[in-house]
Amino acid sequence: MLKTQKTKMAKTFAAVAIISTSLFAGGISAQAAGGSTEKPAVQEWGFKGPFGTYDRPAMQRGYQVYKESCSSCHALEHLSFRHLGDKGGPFYDANFPNPNDNPVIKAFAKDWEVSDIDQDSGDPIDRPGIPADGFPDIFPNAIAAAASNGGAVPPDLSLIVPARTGGADYVYALLTGYDEVPHDFHLSEGMNYNTYFEGNQLAMARPLFDDAVEYADGTKATTEQMARDVVEFLSWAGDPKMEVRKKVGFATFLFLFIFALLLFMTYKEVWRNVDH
Amino acid sequence: MSGPSTYEPKYAAERWLDKRLPIVRMSVDFMGFPSPRNLNYWYAFGGILTLCLMAQIITGIILAMHYTPHVDLAFDSVQRIRRDVPFGWLLQPMHAVGASMFFLAVYIHMFRGMFYGSYKNPRELLWIIGCLIYLAMMATGFLGYTLPWGQMSFWGATVITGFFGAIPVVGESLQQWLLGGYSVGNPTLQRFFSLHYLLPFVIAALVGLHIWAVHHVGQNNPIGIEPKSKSDTLPFHPFYTMKDAFAIAVFLMIFALFVFYLPDALGHADNYQRADPMKTPPHIVPEWYFLPFYAILRAVPDKLLGIILMFAAIAVLFILPWLDTSKVRSMRFRPVTKWFFIIFLVMGFILGWCGARSPDDIAIPIGDGGMTFKWLSRIATLYYFAYFFPILPVMGWIEKTKPLPESITKAVLSGDA
Amino acid sequence: MSDTDKFDEHHNGEGDEPTRRDFIYIATAAAAAVGGGAFAWPLVSQMSAAGDTRAAGSIEIDLSKVSEGQQLKVLWRGKPVFVRYRTQKEIDEADAVDIETLRDPETDDARFVANPEGKINKHLLVMVGVCTHFGCIPVGEAGDFDGWYCPCHGSHYDTSGRIRKGPAPTNMVIPKYAYISDTVIKVG
Repeated sequence: MLKTQKTKMAKTFAAVAIISTSLFAGGISAQAAGGSTEKPAVQEWGFKGPFGTYDRPAMQRGYQVYKESCSSCHALEHLSFRHLGDKGGPFYDANFPNPNDNPVIKAFAKDWEVSDIDQDSGDPIDRPGIPADGFPDIFPNAIAAAASNGGAVPPDLSLIVPARTGGADYVYALLTGYDEVPHDFHLSEGMNYNTYFEGNQLAMARPLFDDAVEYADGTKATTEQMARDVVEFLSWAGDPKMEVRKKVGFATFLFLFIFALLLFMTYKEVWRNVDH
Repeated sequence: MSGPSTYEPKYAAERWLDKRLPIVRMSVDFMGFPSPRNLNYWYAFGGILTLCLMAQIITGIILAMHYTPHVDLAFDSVQRIRRDVPFGWLLQPMHAVGASMFFLAVYIHMFRGMFYGSYKNPRELLWIIGCLIYLAMMATGFLGYTLPWGQMSFWGATVITGFFGAIPVVGESLQQWLLGGYSVGNPTLQRFFSLHYLLPFVIAALVGLHIWAVHHVGQNNPIGIEPKSKSDTLPFHPFYTMKDAFAIAVFLMIFALFVFYLPDALGHADNYQRADPMKTPPHIVPEWYFLPFYAILRAVPDKLLGIILMFAAIAVLFILPWLDTSKVRSMRFRPVTKWFFIIFLVMGFILGWCGARSPDDIAIPIGDGGMTFKWLSRIATLYYFAYFFPILPVMGWIEKTKPLPESITKAVLSGDA
Repeated sequence: MSDTDKFDEHHNGEGDEPTRRDFIYIATAAAAAVGGGAFAWPLVSQMSAAGDTRAAGSIEIDLSKVSEGQQLKVLWRGKPVFVRYRTQKEIDEADAVDIETLRDPETDDARFVANPEGKINKHLLVMVGVCTHFGCIPVGEAGDFDGWYCPCHGSHYDTSGRIRKGPAPTNMVIPKYAYISDTVIKVG
């Protein structure tokens, strides 16, 4: 008698609780107006997937695109010239395990002017770079960078791929996403219309045009090709240890799989005579 | 639970040592601790958490060798670790992902405790020490997330320390004292680094108390009745050491999956941008493990009330042992409350979902509009608190529970455990 | 408890044939040892010099900057490198020493690296300017032998940087360097 009463009470209480919470579902509002910013298309990249690696020739072309089309405004804050010749880097040469000795890297470094202090006079000077130097800052500080770029600081490119939601796909879409301004769109002065940029107004003018660079390997320098190449390079710049990480990851998984199997067998042996 | 010592030194050297410092005896008795024979894999998370703490402390000490706690250098020093320090590319993601894994494991551990009623008499203090560990972990996780000095680090710290500014009367001076200035800056970063280094050792000490307490009252088990005879228990070693070791190996695979293949999946792209006090990211979101509390905070229109509610959501855990009035521990024998618990779990996930999204976006589309995340989080918040009061106390009084088995051994042999 | 006893009996049984059970235990322990070792390696080796530190470990020095009788001090790997343009008198002094009498016997010629033509320039002495006793920096053109004198514990070096008197055990170190042109050397 008491039993059934108790069950009934519990069930009623449960029902009341559920109904009262769902009554709060009254908060219904109209859908917010959507923006016209498009989502970047998902691209095929060789560095995706558990065994993905960077495409070395593409990275090398990408460095050229960076040097010729991007480097007047955008720095590579976290890269040194020597990184280009590190194992896994775009210009790695097995003959020069120390990238400081790699003649290609030395030549690249020489192409850049690096700030230094004169050892005799103590005056600030510019000298040709050496592999150990970091890629130089382009502007002395953020204020100067904003002042010479219409108020927008050109972001550092060494982390641009990881620092953007959508990563490589987004950066590629942005570089190829410059379009005619739609009739009903009001573009502020000095801004550029980009399909993929949040709000569609971008301070950076279209940086890549067909045949803006001449590739040494004969690849045709279309805007898309250049965008792909520079994104390949910048993906590496943002995550230079990806290849070794995936390799070690594979070995780790192999080990963990065997180890877990052995531990499972040990566990079963230990418990063999115990009912559980 | 701990009976007389079973250790018998065999050799002269062992006897010599045992007379002077019975460290071997202590270890043997410690590892031979009688554990209920029906513990399932959910009980392996204690061991997994010990491993997580050790991994975080080791990788953390290493990162501190290379990290520079200064606003101008912190961001660069983390990049240097990832690019130039030998194996830095491995150790830095291990620490960052490790924090997420630690919270994943602690949430499973806590929900396991809630499901099997492990907080009930005589384990109230064991549960409360656990809550203190969780609190210290949250503080450590928050402080640590500030250190890389990315955009999310900076703005996360700004938002969270802003909570203290909402306290009436003393708020502003308290906040300035906390930050060492008018806003999050170099003094803040340096003290956060110092405290982030300190707190893990506080956690380790609390873990010591937690393990001491569990050894004193004994482990709970899935059917929630105390062991009555020797056949109800097994020595911890080798039975549970080996079971835990296997579980740890499986857990490490999940850990490795994130470290090696998805190192950024649990983080946020904005944290790859250097902190900029002049520019707020469009969506400030905390780390995933804080999202449910963040959703509770935003569910309330009033700033102070939101903060109070958020802290109350944690504080209520401390009094859980006295809110649950049922004499039966395990939800296995509580047919109705079990469903309330499952809904509680689902609501926790919903709160996390709400915390990650903009409050005014549509969560559940209905016709042209739908329910916004704000309203969804309000419902979930209400249920979160309703679970603790009145659901648990009332269910304890009115629910008719299923009959309990006579003993653990009986349950095991009949296949009910 | 009886289950435990069975386990213990088996486990402690000596002289058993290697069984499946033993094999599993040994294999698991071995795997644990391998895994532990592999994990310990990154934890240890992270303390060795990082990429940027190593990259800064080699520098180029333009020898044409130093004139006769002068010494150039260049910081290399956190220590001073002395580039001393020795006078003919100093070279003669260094050559005149009977190497049998030296604590660390070494001819003056042995302390030079050949230039691209295969010749040594005995005017330009390149050496790590650190006293081999306890690492102080010796003072130039001082001491009893016209070379360097370390003020910390009184070691006297000659014009070739060889130890002659005082507590230092060995000559000052000649770094690894090479001529990359007639006047420029690369140290390290």
